[in-house]
Amino acid sequence: MSATPPSAPPPPPVPLSGWGRTAPSAAHVVRPRTHEEAVDALRACAERGGIARGLGRAYGDAAQNAGGAVLDMTGLDRVHAIDADAGTVVCDAGVSLHRLMEVLLPLGWFVPVTPGTRYVTVGGAIGADIHGKNHHVSGSFARHVRSLDLLTADGTVRTVEPGTPLFNATAGGMGLTGVILSAVLQLHPVETSLMAVDTERATDLDDLMARLTATDHRYRYSVAWIDLLARGAATGRAVLTRGDHAPLDALPARARTAPLAFRPRQLPAAPRFIPEGLLGPRSVGLFNELWYRKAPRSRTAQIQKLATFFHPLDGVPHWNRVYGRGGFIQYQFVVGYGQEETLRRIVHRISAHRCPSFLAVLKRFGDADPGWLSFPMPGWTLALDIPANLPGLAPFLDDLDTEVATAGGRVYLAKDSRLHPTTLTTMYPHLEAFRTLRQSLDPHALFRSDLSRRLNL
Amino acid sequence: MKDAFGTPQSLLILGGTSEIALATATRLATRRTHKIWLAGRPSPALEKAAEHLRAQGADARTIPFDALDAESHPTALGPLFEENEIDMVLLAFGILGDQAKDEDNPLAAVRVAQTNYTGAVSAGLICARALQTQGHGSLVVLSSVAGERARRANFIYGSSKAGLDAFAQGLGDALHGTGVHVMVVRPGFVRSKMTAGLEEAPMATTPEAVAEAIETGLRRRSETVWVPGALRVVMSALRHVPRPVFRRLPV
Repeated sequence: MSATPPSAPPPPPVPLSGWGRTAPSAAHVVRPRTHEEAVDALRACAERGGIARGLGRAYGDAAQNAGGAVLDMTGLDRVHAIDADAGTVVCDAGVSLHRLMEVLLPLGWFVPVTPGTRYVTVGGAIGADIHGKNHHVSGSFARHVRSLDLLTADGTVRTVEPGTPLFNATAGGMGLTGVILSAVLQLHPVETSLMAVDTERATDLDDLMARLTATDHRYRYSVAWIDLLARGAATGRAVLTRGDHAPLDALPARARTAPLAFRPRQLPAAPRFIPEGLLGPRSVGLFNELWYRKAPRSRTAQIQKLATFFHPLDGVPHWNRVYGRGGFIQYQFVVGYGQEETLRRIVHRISAHRCPSFLAVLKRFGDADPGWLSFPMPGWTLALDIPANLPGLAPFLDDLDTEVATAGGRVYLAKDSRLHPTTLTTMYPHLEAFRTLRQSLDPHALFRSDLSRRLNL
Repeated sequence: MKDAFGTPQSLLILGGTSEIALATATRLATRRTHKIWLAGRPSPALEKAAEHLRAQGADARTIPFDALDAESHPTALGPLFEENEIDMVLLAFGILGDQAKDEDNPLAAVRVAQTNYTGAVSAGLICARALQTQGHGSLVVLSSVAGERARRANFIYGSSKAGLDAFAQGLGDALHGTGVHVMVVRPGFVRSKMTAGLEEAPMATTPEAVAEAIETGLRRRSETVWVPGALRVVMSALRHVPRPVFRRLPV
């Protein structure tokens, strides 16, 4: 509800959805190229408000704003400065982690945290306070943000530093405190662009949890792919892949000539139309069986490319189309240490429900960061994908929500597309503080998204 | 906002005493649908319907709405959309009429046509525009298999539903890409108070079954829903039966 009327008619609405391709809604998309244009775009927001959108990798409706404005931030794509000695970078919010890797790796630096895809923007990474395989060591993305420039509802740009309430509301705040324009990030030094990876199999859930608990601290990066379709004694069988950046002397002589090269390859994109139901319990069960069998029982210090280790799915553009037009749900929750019984129960329930999930991963989180709506907390996190048209899925996930909330856990807002608003309040104890700050900073709720409407954030 | 399964949080029912509509609202209320407006001519039945939904835990209210009075539609519906986020509109009003009597009473026949068709055109357009401004929402239109091919036994009702059906399909195409989803629901014979006393047709269904089909249709973002689903095949066959044969069919 800006006081100034829009100077030009808003662009025609475009249907947008998240990466899960569920619940599309239409918004007026504007693409600012400079900070000034972003301020103008914000002023032009009409009564249904606006929200920033990066590369659209949030699975649910976080970067949608039905009937309002969506600021496509990918136009703000400049890397302003790199301090190659101190390992810091100043860049616009629309710069992708892919771009940062291209720029930084030759200088011997790596992004502090990367999720399962490189195609997220810095702004989105802060807004969702993303985590990666190194959470147990490095925490979430916001831990490595030295400062950020935030365009707030009053049209001013504020430099926000860690330790302030506004920073804690913005880290994980899903873009609802303002538009992040740029950020200063602390980087991680690397000698090579390759990874030294240990792979091992776990025969069931208890074996998996024991292995992760015993030896996670030895690795910077750790994750386990878990077969949620396996039943009986094999329930929760998994493949653990853990590793660190390979030191220069670990490389074969041939690779030492260009140790910091970064040229990830891509396969052709997934076709636009894929029949629904391709991924059922049978086909995914077969895939999971093969994936488990093909993994070595135990292998150490294998040299892998960065993209292979961190972002295998980025190799297939538009991989999210494999679920057909019905789309899919990503369900990620965390329960604290000591709640292993809840985790076991949930894994057994998912297995019994025959959720055809081929991207399920289990990970141990380290210490939490101060973001009020930040997802990670010390404990076990399980993420899985499920086709949205699976019968009975909606009430099933509601039941899981209840289990998670009762155990003091929570689900990840950047992946959510279906949570009940009342469950949210039990999961995020700082929600009231967030709402209060938002109320004073943005009394007319200029920043709004489908997510904020759905969950009454 | 609707969730990933297309389940709305708020629902406007035009024709608040429709049994299919109430079965749908009851079903959705167990999921995410909390705010429900029942629009209809003020009557004890309408209040009772709201009471029933409140007993389910929904925040149900009634608003006065007369399908026959198209001129009142903008004032009856406009403010509601301005003040509220409405995720789903269920256009459920309609009357069956009495074919045998109405053939001799053109005014009564026109009333069927005006309620089922013109009333729906007016209300449908108003809701469609409002949802378009909102950038999202589902407009679910209760059509009927009777509209697929007019039968000797109920062509007055059938023709009004045929008009409604064609209108809703066109509206759905017009709104494609605007974030608004239009779904045409074509139930067969539904056992309800509207059909009480009538001879049951084959493949008869219930309001609850229609409600379930609507919930599934919302999840799939379907454009056409048949209840039961097998009617799609049956009707596509019946549609191509030659007239002299069709006339004699006991349908």
